[in-house]
Amino acid sequence: MILSDTETKAIDHEIALVPYKKAAVIEALKIVQQHHGWVSDEAVEAIAGYLDMSPAAVDSVATFYNLIFRKPVGRHVILLCDSISCYVMGYTKLYEGLQQHLKIKFGETTPDGRFTLLPNACLGCCDHAPALIIDEELYKDVTAERLKEILATYK
Amino acid sequence: MEHPLTKNIHPDRPPLNLPEYEQTGGYAAVRTAVKNMTPQEVQLRVKDSNLKGRGGAGFNTGMKWSFVPMGPDAPKTKYLIANADEMEPGTFKDRLLLEGNPHQLIEGMIVAAYAIQANISYIFLRWAYKKAAELIRKSIAEAYAKGYLGKNILGSGFCLDMYLHTGVGRYMCGEETALLNALEGKRATPRAKPPFPQISGLFGKPTIVNNVETFCCVPHIVNNGAEWFKSLSHSEDGGTKIYGVSGKVNRPGAWELPMGITMRELLEEYAGGMKNGFRLKGILPGGASTDFLTAQHLDIKMDFTSVAAAGSRLGTGTMIVMDDATCPVGFVHNLQHFFAQESCGWCTPCREGLPWVEKILLSLEKGQGREEDMQLLQMHTQLLGPGNTFCALAPGAMEPLQSALKYFRDDFEHHITEKGCPYNSIR
Repeated sequence: MILSDTETKAIDHEIALVPYKKAAVIEALKIVQQHHGWVSDEAVEAIAGYLDMSPAAVDSVATFYNLIFRKPVGRHVILLCDSISCYVMGYTKLYEGLQQHLKIKFGETTPDGRFTLLPNACLGCCDHAPALIIDEELYKDVTAERLKEILATYK
Repeated sequence: MEHPLTKNIHPDRPPLNLPEYEQTGGYAAVRTAVKNMTPQEVQLRVKDSNLKGRGGAGFNTGMKWSFVPMGPDAPKTKYLIANADEMEPGTFKDRLLLEGNPHQLIEGMIVAAYAIQANISYIFLRWAYKKAAELIRKSIAEAYAKGYLGKNILGSGFCLDMYLHTGVGRYMCGEETALLNALEGKRATPRAKPPFPQISGLFGKPTIVNNVETFCCVPHIVNNGAEWFKSLSHSEDGGTKIYGVSGKVNRPGAWELPMGITMRELLEEYAGGMKNGFRLKGILPGGASTDFLTAQHLDIKMDFTSVAAAGSRLGTGTMIVMDDATCPVGFVHNLQHFFAQESCGWCTPCREGLPWVEKILLSLEKGQGREEDMQLLQMHTQLLGPGNTFCALAPGAMEPLQSALKYFRDDFEHHITEKGCPYNSIR
């Protein structure tokens, strides 16, 4: 894989802000993911080459952060909060509801590539628990009944 | 009652833009600091105000700043960082400030940067706060355009650049030195101290990291003085505090109140008491990594000293309420699942011990608990306690566990003797 001009331009912008190239690796991973949806082995190698790092060093960073996806994800990513306030307020019912609607468990993608379902640590929305994020959108005080209508807005 | 931090925050209106913020007295503290005060005077005023770090550690902020090398021999590059990686489960107070009044944070950071003579600043924001990211980007641009950021701020000769960095997950990034590693493009593992970041922090340069709420207090201290700030409080810790309540209460939320309000006032007056049909069983006073308190503690003051005296920590000041229909074993299992997952793996007790604790608790929930599990859990609270690990993650994780074993021991034992979770029928 070769990084596109748009990607290298964006990475160069980040490199200029830090004292040495490899300090921009997290930004580079974010940029590549933004364009491809995830970070493939080939992308890890391309970033490594561009920042004068070993692919293993890039991968050790990529796999540390839970929002750098090292596997392909669906068109929409659902992040369901599974932390304590959402636990008390019944996130497990939402999880059951999502499994029912989408026929997938945490870590899986629907066969049509529409949704990936992931658990996520506290979303900082504890006064409106339970909460979930789909792509860029935060949903508060979610009930199992509302799920169907929320999911329908994502094609 | 004064609400300096939230007086301009209205949930139904967008936050103030720069001209609107200026009309309410915004950026006056920058003007006062860079034009009429020396950096040392700013440090001293903040120290005298007894502002204690709002991220949970509760260290005197002005004192923290005073460890930064100053004067002509100090390194030319120094960094100032706002820790906006709010990820302590049950904590949502910084979100209120970030979404409600981003200029207040930026102003506080400029004044703080002047006090330590930092020339580069970052806001390290967690990825999930997408609305805040947008607002902060816009506000930083406005501040540059008006000359509050950049070169020669208000003609004073002081220069400061500010960048927004959005994270890609991991609780560890909230730990001061792990945050620095993340900003350097590394895995967010903690660093050995000393050297402390004030001497050798980001890219080896002197660095101050403070919590969002801490910075938001700074402009008000500069404008109104240390004595005024202290007078806001009901305790020896200065100022107001953003408190929060979540769980099965009538009005979950966050409020700015005098530091040292009691847990009872917070729970009953502000959060409206327990929801109908539920009774209070336990409270984590300041996030997931604080010890449980119970109904007998409701009259203690929510300040650093008083909560510590009661055997817990004020932490982030956002309390999580456990009701009587929620299983304490399941509750603590959920917490340990979080901590085990978020352990960075850097040191062995945390990496290996937390998953072990999580598995024991799960086996209790499934009715596979054995009598000796009680001892095993107790043993972990010591092995993963303070002094045995590289950072505070595992000791923090043990706080709710050790106090649950103390206050809710019967519940743990019933899971073993009755071979299952007695709460399953209620949930």
